Amino acid sequence: MSELIIKNGYVFDPISGIKGDKADIAIKDGKIVDKVSAKAKSIDANGKTVMAGGVDIHTHVVGPKVNLGREMRPEDKLFRGSVRGGIVKQGKRMEMGFSIPSTWKTGYSYARLGYTYVNEAAMPPLMAPHVHEEIRDTPIIDISAMPVFGNNWFCLEYLKNKEIENNAAYIAWLLKATYGVGIKCVNPGGTEAWAWGENCVNIHDPVPYFDITPAEIIKGLIESNEYLGLPHSLHLHGNNLGNPGNYTDTLDTLKLAEGYKAKNKFGRTQVIHNTHLQFHSYKGNSWGTFGSAAKEVMDYVNKADNITIDLGCVTLDETTTMTADGPFEHHLQSLNHLKWANCDVELETGSGIVPFVYDKDSAVVGIQWATGLELGLYAKDMMRVFITTDHPNAGPFTRYPRIIKWLMSNKARLATLDSMKGKAKVIAATDLASMDRELNLYEIAMMTRAGPARALGMSNMYGSLAAGADANIAIYDLDAKKLPTDPELIEEAFSKTAYTIKEGVIVVQGGEIVAEPPNHTVWTKVTMPENTQVMRDIKEKFTKSYTVNLENYAVFDDHVYRPRAIEVDVA
Amino acid sequence: METVTMTLVQHPELYLECYSVTPDLFAGKSLAEIADLPAHEGKIVWKLGDFFKFDGKSGATAAETRIIVNGDVHKMKRFGQQMTAGEILINSAADMYVGCWMRGGKITVKGNADAFLGIAMEGGEITVEGDATNHVGSAYRGDWRGMSGGLIRVKGKAGNDIGTAMTGGTIIIEGDAFIHVLTHADGGTVIIKGDVEGRVGGQMVKGDAYVLGKILYPLPGFKKVATVEKECDGQTYTFDQYIGDLGERKGKKKGEVIYGNIYLKA
Repeated sequence: MSELIIKNGYVFDPISGIKGDKADIAIKDGKIVDKVSAKAKSIDANGKTVMAGGVDIHTHVVGPKVNLGREMRPEDKLFRGSVRGGIVKQGKRMEMGFSIPSTWKTGYSYARLGYTYVNEAAMPPLMAPHVHEEIRDTPIIDISAMPVFGNNWFCLEYLKNKEIENNAAYIAWLLKATYGVGIKCVNPGGTEAWAWGENCVNIHDPVPYFDITPAEIIKGLIESNEYLGLPHSLHLHGNNLGNPGNYTDTLDTLKLAEGYKAKNKFGRTQVIHNTHLQFHSYKGNSWGTFGSAAKEVMDYVNKADNITIDLGCVTLDETTTMTADGPFEHHLQSLNHLKWANCDVELETGSGIVPFVYDKDSAVVGIQWATGLELGLYAKDMMRVFITTDHPNAGPFTRYPRIIKWLMSNKARLATLDSMKGKAKVIAATDLASMDRELNLYEIAMMTRAGPARALGMSNMYGSLAAGADANIAIYDLDAKKLPTDPELIEEAFSKTAYTIKEGVIVVQGGEIVAEPPNHTVWTKVTMPENTQVMRDIKEKFTKSYTVNLENYAVFDDHVYRPRAIEVDVA
Repeated sequence: METVTMTLVQHPELYLECYSVTPDLFAGKSLAEIADLPAHEGKIVWKLGDFFKFDGKSGATAAETRIIVNGDVHKMKRFGQQMTAGEILINSAADMYVGCWMRGGKITVKGNADAFLGIAMEGGEITVEGDATNHVGSAYRGDWRGMSGGLIRVKGKAGNDIGTAMTGGTIIIEGDAFIHVLTHADGGTVIIKGDVEGRVGGQMVKGDAYVLGKILYPLPGFKKVATVEKECDGQTYTFDQYIGDLGERKGKKKGEVIYGNIYLKA
C-alpha cells in the first residue's frame, strides 16, 4: 500500500475544473484518491505548478519508419551522444539522437517534460510486431498505436460498396490483430494512388482502380468508427498536405464531419481529429504567394464542436519528416534534394522519409512557424485544440516547452520573429505579429493533457487529477501566481519537471530520471459477433494477395508488452 | 603567440580520442588544467595528462595559442576537432579525424594522416606532409554537408571519397588518389596532381575537379566541351574541360545552366 501526497501546489486540472487553486493531490497504489492516511510520503509543491501527466495525441516514436529514420540518419546523432540517462544497473543508457531519438531517450525525454502517455500516430498493420517491440523498449511512458486504414484495400472495397458494418468488423479484427487503439487515416486514397504513381490532391480525386474518392473514405471511416463506438475518433491526416492554397481542401475535409455525432461511452465528443493542422492551413498558389490561412480554418473549427485538432507546430530545427503519405515525401524530396526513403506496405499503406531543415531565415518556414502558433491563438475551445509538433515532422517533441513559451508569451514570439531574415514577408503573410493573446496555464493544461485525453476517450485514466485516474502527475518549477517575466524561464520550467510521477512512482526528480517502472501498451479490444463474410474476405485476401500467411500475420499475444485493453462491446 | 608543447609519455593500449587537443580548449588554461582535459580510450575516459606531459604556456585566446605535439601519436584521433583558430603542429603521423569540423586556424601533420581528414571542415588550413587515406574533406557518414570552406593540402597520396558532398573550399592531393572524387558535390574544388583510378564527379551537381595525371576510368556522365587554359595551384596548364554529371539535377544562374567541371590536363 504505497501512499503519496503532493501538498500545496497550484493545481491545474481541467477535467475536475481546478484552475490554479492550491490543493493537495493524494495517491494510493498508483491511482489518484480523495485522501490518504497520515503515513503517506509527502512532496512539497509549494510555489510549484501541478498538472496531470502530459498526453501526446500524435507522435511518431515507435515502429519501422522511425527506425528506418534512425538508420538513414546517423548524422542525427552527431555530437549528441554525451547525454546519458536512466538508472539501469549496467550503467546509464546513452541518449542518442535529436529528431529520431533512441527508444530510451524517447521515454526519458517525455518523462522529463512531464508526459506519461503518448499515441503513436501511424502503425503499418503488417509491421505491427516491430511497433510492439519498440513499445517494450521505451521506458516509463505508456504507448498506444493507431493502425492506418485510409489506403487499406479491405476498407477501400467495403466503403466503395457502402458496407459500413463489414468495414467496422474488419477494423475490429485488425485492432485485435495489431493491438491497435483506433483508426488512423493518412492521405485517404492518396498513398494507394502513389503505388500507381499518382496522388489524390483533393477529396473528390478518385483513387485509381478502386474508383472511390477520399471523401467517401473519410465519411465511411467516421461511420465505421461511430458504429463501433471506439474510444478515439477517426484520426485524420487529410489530402494535399503541405502545399500552398491547401486550406480550401482542408475546409472541404472538415465539412465532411457535418451531421455526424460522436457515439461512445468514453466522453469523447468529436468525430474527426484532424492532426497537424498547421500543414493543412496555407493560402497562396505558389511558394512566392504562400501565406497562413489559420484564421479561416480556425473560424470553422471553432464553430464545429464535433472536430478536434492538433497544431503540428514548426520548431525551426533540423529534423526528419516521416509519414505514411508517400507521395508527399517524394514531393518534399524534389524540393530539398536530400535523401529519401520510400516504402510500400502491400495492401495496407506506404511511407516515406526525408530529412528537412526548417531554416528560420526562409520566409516559407517563418510563415509555417507563424501558422502553427496562430492556430493555437485563434482557438476558442482549448479542450479541442492540442499542442503537437507531429514529432518529428515539424520538429522534435522535446521542443514542446518552446511552443508553450511562444503560446504563453507575445514577447517570446516577437523575439523569434525579429530574428528571422524573412521577417517582413512573414509579417505580411500572417497575422501573428498583431496577435497579443497569451495563453494561461489552465489553457496549456487543456491543450497538453485534459483535451488530448478526452479526445482519445481516456480521460478517466490519463490527463486527469480526478479520483480514480492513474496517478500520472507533472510538477513544474513554476510559480503560477508569479509567472516569470522572462519567457525563457517558462521554457526551462516545462523542459525539466521538478517531479514526474508515473502510476504513483516518482520517475523524474529535479530533471533526472530516478526510476524506470515498466510501461503499458494501450489498445482497444472490441467484442462483437463474428462476421462470417469478413472472415471469409480476410482469408481470401491472404491467400490471393498478401505475402504472409494469415496465421503469421497477427501480433502474438505474448509479444505485446503489459497490454492494457480498453473494452468496447458492439451488440 | 604562446606555445604549449605536449610530449607523449604513455602509449594508449587502444586508440585515444584527442578531441580536447584544440587551441580553443587550451586557451586561457594552466598546464595543469590542460592535463586535466578528457580523452576517451574506448569507453574509458582518461585525462590528457595520463598520456602526455605538457610544457610551455597557452595564449589567452585560441588565436594566440600554438600546440606542438611530439612523440608517435599515430594511434590518436581527432586532433583539432572543431577548432576555430590558432595552430597545431603534429610531429609524427596521426590517426583519423584530424581537423574534423574545423572552422579556422592551421594544422600541420608531419607524417601521414588517416581517414576523415578535415571532414565537414568550414574554414582554416590543414597540411599533411605524408599521405592521407579515405574521406578527405568529405561529409560525415549520412550527412549531405561535406567540406564547405578552407584548404586541405596532402603532399602524398590519398585514398577514396575525396570531397564527398563538398560545397566549398579546396582540397589539393599532390600524389595519386583512388576512387570517388567530389561525389554528390555541390561546390568546392579538388585538385589531384597525380592519377585517379576513376569515378570522378559521380552525381556531382556543381564543383570543379582538376586532374594533372590520368583518370583511368572516366565516368560516362561527363562530356568534353572545350580545351582551356586554367590556373591550378599557382601554375597554368592546358586542360580538357568536361561538364557533368549530366545525370544529376542542375541549377541555373542568369539563365545559364551551371555544371560541374572536370579539368583534365591535356
